[in-house]
Amino acid sequence: MHLARVIGTVVSTRKDAALSGLKLLVVQPLAPDGQDAGRPLVAIDAVGAGTGERVFYVRGREASFPFLPVEPPTDAGIVGIVDHWTVE
Amino acid sequence: MLLARVVGTVVATRKDPRLVSNKLLIARPTDPRGKADGAYLVAVDTVDAGVGETVLIVSGSSARMAAGMKDCPVDAAIVGIVDTVEVSD
Repeated sequence: MHLARVIGTVVSTRKDAALSGLKLLVVQPLAPDGQDAGRPLVAIDAVGAGTGERVFYVRGREASFPFLPVEPPTDAGIVGIVDHWTVE
Repeated sequence: MLLARVVGTVVATRKDPRLVSNKLLIARPTDPRGKADGAYLVAVDTVDAGVGETVLIVSGSSARMAAGMKDCPVDAAIVGIVDTVEVSD
């Protein structure tokens, strides 16, 4: 799983039926020091996250597991909102 | 998932039988503001997208979860046509 900051939202009317009703968010991956690390990507939201929040997301087909038995076609999903993290 | 702009189409007569009658498009990933960013890729289209549209691409084994793609040899599928992207900061 990876740390990220939610930086935006995506609106799509025509999409795979299994994605209906799901929130699509743009996330910017973060390094543990809070700096941007890598390219932004689009993730589906399983926890009610919003723009500006720091979250962690899972990559791969596991990203669809929060929505079982429906399997939305996604390779990235937000599975937690971070309260705080510390790095030694 | 990636945001990408569709820039072309691929025609292939000889291909894996499970790919027959699927539309293949060439797409270039973009950043959330629409700037091209990254290498071109070929993706199977499941939502009737066309050249010039911004789309959502799912990659890896998740691409097989797109409608009608079960057990197909694909690693990138277009699963949505993007209306708008709103980015703060």
